[in-house]
Amino acid sequence: MFTGASQFALVGVLGAGGGAVAAILTALLLGARNSLYALSLRPYLRTTASPSTWRILGRAQLTIDESTAMAIRYPEGSRQARHAFLATGLAIFVLWNIGTLIGALGAAALDDPRTLGLDAAVPAGFIALLWPRLRDRSTIALALVSAAVAIALVPFLAPGLPVLSAALVAVIAERIMARRAR
Amino acid sequence: MIWPAVIIGSLGAYLLKLAGYVIPERVLENERLSRLTGLLPVALLAALVAVQTFSVGTALQIDARIAGLAAAMVALLLRAPFLVVVLVAAITAAVLRATGLSA
Repeated sequence: MFTGASQFALVGVLGAGGGAVAAILTALLLGARNSLYALSLRPYLRTTASPSTWRILGRAQLTIDESTAMAIRYPEGSRQARHAFLATGLAIFVLWNIGTLIGALGAAALDDPRTLGLDAAVPAGFIALLWPRLRDRSTIALALVSAAVAIALVPFLAPGLPVLSAALVAVIAERIMARRAR
Repeated sequence: MIWPAVIIGSLGAYLLKLAGYVIPERVLENERLSRLTGLLPVALLAALVAVQTFSVGTALQIDARIAGLAAAMVALLLRAPFLVVVLVAAITAAVLRATGLSA
């Protein structure tokens, strides 16, 4: 899995005792934005010859927040856009997976992750991913309501489901914003 | 159930990316869909922050993780990079526990 927030979410939900289905759904809902990144990248990565199937399969794996952000700074269809996409995607792919490997091996050597404060590092990682997305009042409101709803549901639902309930909050928020935009 | 979840989740995450390259553009260019995919990460990440800070299984619990989260938010306000934010939170919680100030 090469899309950071989804990877953290999958591990986070499983680690907190959540079921596999809840963990997978949370990760995939978080990763749905990559579909739109891929869509918006199409004109930027376009070449005169149509790309081979292998190239498309490779591009798909490297489509993440960072590679998209770097590519769309250059003109559509330019060599710079393709190079920025490839360089950013590959560099992060290699380093990210080395990091994951170190983490997986390192965790096995730990007695109690709480002593090192690693349980506090998990929400810190999520809020660091959330922070740049809090662009205006309505996204901040959505974040606060989602957090409150999830906490309120913790005692009543199986682990993993309170987080998933935030997806419903997002659906309702989308309807409210659509009505307001009209 | 850990490895099946990892494999199915990874495959699904990859197929979502691939879909953006192979599905006809007009199918994905739905205003409602694009707005929703923008809001989903905000809602889910906020819920993950809250649940991972305040819960243990199905119980709510207040411990050193809150101090860690507060420290992380200060670091974010100071525009610290990702790794620093995470380290600041972990160190804050670890110090509070080591000194017996917090559970």
